[in-house]
Amino acid sequence: MSTNTAYYIPHKATWPVIGTAGLMTMLAGFANYLNGSSIGPTIMIIGLVIFVIMLVGWFTLQANESESGMYNHEVGISYRHGMMWFIFSEIVFFAVFFGTLWYTRNLSVPWLGEGATKELLWPSFETTWPTNGPGKVGGDFEPMSAWGLPFLNTLILLTSGVTCTWAHHGLLAKNRDQLIKGLIATVALGFLFVTFQAIEYHDAYTEMGLTLGSGVYGSTFFMLTGFHGFHVCVGAIILSVVVFRSSKGHFKPENHFAFEAAAWYWHFVDVVWLGLFVFVYLI
Amino acid sequence: MSAVVDEQGHHADDHHDHGPEKGLLRWITTTNHKDIGTLYLLFALLMFFVGGAMAMVIRAELFEPGLQFVDPAFFNSMTTMHALVMVFGAVMPAFVGLANWQIPLMIGAADMALPRMNNMSFWMLVAGVLLLASTLFMEGGAPNGGWTLYPPLVLQPITVGKALPFAIFSVHLLGISSIMGAINIIATIFNMRAPAMKMMDMPLFVWTWLITAFLLIAVMPVFAGAVTMLLTDKFFHTSFFNAAGGGDPVLYEHIFWFFGHPEVYIMILPTFGVASTIIPVFARKPLFGYASMVWATGSIAFLSFIVWAHHMFTVGMPLAGELYFMYATMIIAVPTGVKVFNWTATMWEGAMTFETPMLFSIAFVVLFTMGGFTGLMMSIAPSDFQYHDTYFIVAHFHYTLVPASIFMLMAAGYFWLPKWTGHMYNEKIGQLHFWLSAISVNILFFPQHFLGLAGMPRRIPDYAVQFADWNMISSIGGFIFGASQLLFLYIVIDTIRGGTGEKVSDEVWEDAGKHGLEWTLPSPVPYHTWSEPPLIVPTEHVLDSH
Ligand code: HEM
Ligand SMILES: [Cu+2]
Repeated sequence: MSTNTAYYIPHKATWPVIGTAGLMTMLAGFANYLNGSSIGPTIMIIGLVIFVIMLVGWFTLQANESESGMYNHEVGISYRHGMMWFIFSEIVFFAVFFGTLWYTRNLSVPWLGEGATKELLWPSFETTWPTNGPGKVGGDFEPMSAWGLPFLNTLILLTSGVTCTWAHHGLLAKNRDQLIKGLIATVALGFLFVTFQAIEYHDAYTEMGLTLGSGVYGSTFFMLTGFHGFHVCVGAIILSVVVFRSSKGHFKPENHFAFEAAAWYWHFVDVVWLGLFVFVYLI
Repeated sequence: MSAVVDEQGHHADDHHDHGPEKGLLRWITTTNHKDIGTLYLLFALLMFFVGGAMAMVIRAELFEPGLQFVDPAFFNSMTTMHALVMVFGAVMPAFVGLANWQIPLMIGAADMALPRMNNMSFWMLVAGVLLLASTLFMEGGAPNGGWTLYPPLVLQPITVGKALPFAIFSVHLLGISSIMGAINIIATIFNMRAPAMKMMDMPLFVWTWLITAFLLIAVMPVFAGAVTMLLTDKFFHTSFFNAAGGGDPVLYEHIFWFFGHPEVYIMILPTFGVASTIIPVFARKPLFGYASMVWATGSIAFLSFIVWAHHMFTVGMPLAGELYFMYATMIIAVPTGVKVFNWTATMWEGAMTFETPMLFSIAFVVLFTMGGFTGLMMSIAPSDFQYHDTYFIVAHFHYTLVPASIFMLMAAGYFWLPKWTGHMYNEKIGQLHFWLSAISVNILFFPQHFLGLAGMPRRIPDYAVQFADWNMISSIGGFIFGASQLLFLYIVIDTIRGGTGEKVSDEVWEDAGKHGLEWTLPSPVPYHTWSEPPLIVPTEHVLDSH
């Protein structure tokens, strides 16, 4: 029986335990740093290095196995299940912060401006949005407008979704040139997005008085857009790896899970942004 | 799916004796579902005793009124850590261990779908528990604001010392571990099942775990998000839970319980699955109402998402909220009742025998029902104003967790250990363990109902003298229960090392082969199984659904 009808089961794995050790070291270092210990950052960087080594090692292993034809159709299905439910868990993670924004705007801020809370605690507080609360936590600030960099960023991400799909068509049509060009465009747009976001954050901190500490508006704003920006970076790095593999001739029209996973992830990041644009910036 | 290949691309049948690696490295780098299952189960057993030791500290302090042995902050660390260790270190990992061992055997799969990730989810669990345990040795001690980690309490320096960031990152790691485990289980059940086995042929243990896996993926990120906001509120000046900045500490409670209530079902649904597997074997009848069991599991899981605020009746919700969460909670009693009646009906007129796994299962049906009834009492919002934050709550959830989840984990041990090891456990000591546990668990927790109804608050190291008698009785029950578990430890070790010496058959239990695929394999189960999927699957357990 040929290998491609059989389900590949590795007999041992060394990367998982190395990756776990790296992540744990990183978090322990971070916790030490938060507690004010001076050795914290060093431990954190050591952990990060171990983690990155693991990522490189593990993904190289997977790529080589995949290219040598060790993964049959069923293995591919398992990977797709894995990626799909991983993205689902990420959606839930974002939903928590969207839910927080909803709860704050529609329930807790209005409650602060009415009834006994208002009378007894903060008589001068009027319910508004954006707000940094009755205590004016973080001082005066200017809210972020949707029309400007955020709108530009929306166009950028939407375009990157198109270039990503165009690259996929190239892959399916065995047009490697189109595949690579499409991917490079996607990655470039992704990093452009992150650059613009960095400028936006810089403006917020230096000119608008808007920081993570600007009450609940600042908290939800930076938490939502910050986690999203982090995901854009991760997605762009994954896509860069896919560019690299494409240039080495990896992927076939019928077998290109890594490409698909990266594209799913990218579209997920894209859709989250649309939610952000509407709920954080627009309304 | 068909056959299995190893690294070199050889067909597995070419060298069937491909055994485990030698030495310690086998356990660190293993991708074998049986090895990983063993790791999970042994780790959970260890944590069961660590968490148990903390419970002994709690019961010793509460033996008499007044402060005896520990200072109040340490006492509160013990209640907090006991809960976290038992939930995330013992019960959940133990069920993942069972899933690892049993799901591939039960569905005719060669291994879990994503073996490398399987290894990683175990080590992430260890890493998470290490971070959590490290707080015990830190300045200011382990977290002591309760396992729910409510702000603003948990953000105050006096409550946390240096522990908070470690506890939070521990939750992140444990969350990653659970999510990876759950994804693996889903992929395995959908993608690795023997083609002969339809969804409605799957053993209930597999069904309940499938649904539990969905719960895990849907709520672990919620908990991760909640503690992330605690972290930023504490260290990065955010105001999520700070009213002065426009936030609200009650929001944390909503998010926590949106995770927390499904979480309790994460611990009970696999329990139901084990009970539905064991009872038919010893009643020598097919499970009564297979299809209704599947649907009941699904509806309990669905309902678990929309009842969370029954933990917050006294927090000051709008009246409509109180009413909605009250009625929604009560509805859970319906599918739960379906299950209890089905187990009873399975036993009805069965040719029953009472080996240790069956004894634990029967005790489970009776005592879990007790916990369900107190749950129903607490779901009545106006009554809950009296019960909330008292020992009544403690009694309720311990009835649903100890004589339910823990008992069925023990039952699963007795039931499957002979299959896994090829050795029979000592039935006499097993029965002794059962009777000591079943009696002492009631001495331990039943009086806590009275204490709660009389108004004794939970999470306190000292209490009014009027509560002295029942507390002393409860502590005595606790010590007996704790000591009895050493018997279980002895039995597990003894069985692994040869047990009674009697060779067990492939079926182990009379006619078990009709009930599940795992009993058609040799005992002990070989290191690699089902490299070719079975062509016929037993359907005794689903007879009445066809
Ligand atoms: C018939 C189904 C059930 C109902 C109606 C129910 C209802 C409730 C209610 C209303 C509370 C909150 C009481 C309060 O704090 O005032 C509660 C607490 C609790 N329940 Fe249940 N419950 C049920 C089943 C379960 C199961 C199966 C488990 C676990 C396996 C469980 C574990 C818990 C835990 C751990 C708490 C306390 C959490 C804490 O405050 O620390 N319950 N239950
Ligand atoms: Cu609940």
